[in-house]
Amino acid sequence: MRPERLRLLSGPVPNEPVLGGLPQSAQDRREPILRPGNTNCGACGMSVGLQLLRHAVAERQVQMVVPACCGIVAPGPFPFSAFGAPVVASTFAAAAAMATGLAHVARLNGEETRVICWAGDGGTYDIGMATLSAAAERNEDVLYICYDNEIYGNTGGQRSSATPRFASTSTTPGGKSVEKKDIVGIMAAHRVPYVATLSLAHAEDTVRKFRFALGATGFRFLHILAPCPTGWKSEPAHTVELVRLAVRSGLYPVLEVFEGRRYVINVEPEMSVEDLERYLSLQGRFRKVATELVPMRAAVLEHWAELAQRAEREG
Amino acid sequence: MTEALLSSNHAAALAATLAARANRGGRGFGSGVYPITPQTECVELLCQQEIEKGHVVRVESEHSAMAVCMGFAFGGARTFTASSSNGLAYMAENVFAAGLYRLPIVMMAVNRTLGPPWNIWAEHGDTLMLRDAGWIQLYCEDNQEVADTVLATYRLVEDPRILLPALVCQDAFILSHTVARTLLPDQAAVDAFLPALNLPQRLGDKPRTVGGLDWPHDNEVHRRELHEAMGRVEAVYAEVQTAFARTFGRTLADPVVSYRMEDADTVLVSLGTTAATVRAAVDEARSRGIRAGGLRVRLFRPFPEALLTRALEGKKRVGVIDRDLCPGLGGILWAELRGTARGDGVVQGYVAGLGGGDIRVEHVLGILEDLVGRSHASAPVLWEVA
Repeated sequence: MRPERLRLLSGPVPNEPVLGGLPQSAQDRREPILRPGNTNCGACGMSVGLQLLRHAVAERQVQMVVPACCGIVAPGPFPFSAFGAPVVASTFAAAAAMATGLAHVARLNGEETRVICWAGDGGTYDIGMATLSAAAERNEDVLYICYDNEIYGNTGGQRSSATPRFASTSTTPGGKSVEKKDIVGIMAAHRVPYVATLSLAHAEDTVRKFRFALGATGFRFLHILAPCPTGWKSEPAHTVELVRLAVRSGLYPVLEVFEGRRYVINVEPEMSVEDLERYLSLQGRFRKVATELVPMRAAVLEHWAELAQRAEREG
Repeated sequence: MTEALLSSNHAAALAATLAARANRGGRGFGSGVYPITPQTECVELLCQQEIEKGHVVRVESEHSAMAVCMGFAFGGARTFTASSSNGLAYMAENVFAAGLYRLPIVMMAVNRTLGPPWNIWAEHGDTLMLRDAGWIQLYCEDNQEVADTVLATYRLVEDPRILLPALVCQDAFILSHTVARTLLPDQAAVDAFLPALNLPQRLGDKPRTVGGLDWPHDNEVHRRELHEAMGRVEAVYAEVQTAFARTFGRTLADPVVSYRMEDADTVLVSLGTTAATVRAAVDEARSRGIRAGGLRVRLFRPFPEALLTRALEGKKRVGVIDRDLCPGLGGILWAELRGTARGDGVVQGYVAGLGGGDIRVEHVLGILEDLVGRSHASAPVLWEVA
């Protein structure tokens, strides 16, 4: 990129998004977390998440630990780095443990550095589960962010325990037969200070939660539903729309859990069947096989009944 | 200098504590620990120490223990952990990661038989399994050597010419749980011996990605750099020996330790505590007219090929006693040493003391007699000691 172009980009941008009453450029971290030249597919949910994270990080010092996942391929080959932050790769299952060490050294040296794990669903729900659980139990001063594309995207789209029921993947060509894990419930059960789900279609709420989580201490777990146009067989232009539909239909509850006990629902879903239908119809992974709307809808309602109970009883 | 009755587990923990405190002027110390027999007493004692500017994290697995150490190291802290046997096997992925990242982590390993079936006694196969992980490997013969090697190894691995992790190995129960008189230096002497760690690859605050995608040619270069760092270990180790003697007034054992080798024509090579039994057998054999000698390989990685070649030059018969077995090959030390012995001497492999079997002087004498009677080597001999 030529320097003149760079200057143009850093100037005021017409029609820029306004977040929390402030134009985006007024809150941005000078350096994007995800810089141009990254290898992500177009409209990758992870990319959108990292751009929103940039606003929240602002001028805070951060260090990131990224386990094996698309996120560690994103920065491109050595010696280049499309990450605008210090990032170290951990082995697949070890992100939360490696971040533990970094966070302890920061504390031992009186540094304000926030240590962030940025991990996919495979490294979170599956292979990294024990490590994640243990770091949460120790209440390490780590912000763990899972961008959940509901498959092993980096290896070509195999099922994980985050893959939803009925979704066709390269290892469940006939559709997955079981529900995805309730990661929010699992993490909340660790009684960590903060657990939240983030909607890429609700930028203000998402940036607010990123900010809160960055400012809090102890173990914080954030979950992002991150559409993968490549794996979900969806149009890149639909990435944010898909999340919006998932939220509106009740499929993806947007909530916060404080200390594992106090549930707060941030976005009231319309629980519309039409939105659920549309969510499914926009993705090839649900079109290939006989996706049954009735049991999906039932599972959504059942989950909301649980959530309502938790929110009421605990709140 | 204090003198105490210590097991090798406790000696390692106290030596690591001295090294930990010595980095209080640097970025501190950190450790991820997980228990496994027979290493447990080491991490238990470490957890009881007051370490200024240091944290010990009690994790849920060996895999995480090493990951926590890597996190501490990337933050610039001095690190230590300990493991054994199946724990090392479970940790293996991150052992390789630490080696490939060239993080100067020191790990004490108690050599124990891999299971199933379960056996908690001495065998060297667990750490030998990690021989390609990019770690320096040192095998100790007694408690004092364990304490000294832990301290000396920090100076070795943190040297900017090296920057590699190291395994300090000791035999299960024979050393780990056996109490012996052990000297530990004062903190001031350790402070003088171990300057604050200044890790060049500290993650720091500048945007960059460590450990991301590496195209084939860059990968070749990175592996070559690691290999070349291994090639500098012996020279830097010699400097560490000089500094160790000057600071602590004691000798740090050589990478390859000889016993009555000058006029020996029949030599037994071994690792760890087996070498002490070999010494007693050599004395006995000599009284029976056999010109025997002993060679202990203390530094296994990098493999001290030149030192061994020189030591074995002109020897008629070389027997290698392995307390490990690579099924389908034989002893691992034997397999590695075969290529280094020059001339027309016989190099015979013996596998003894598997599963912690007690290798006694009479067994080694039997091996010596077998070796003396050989004009040609055969397939490795599994020598039962029960």
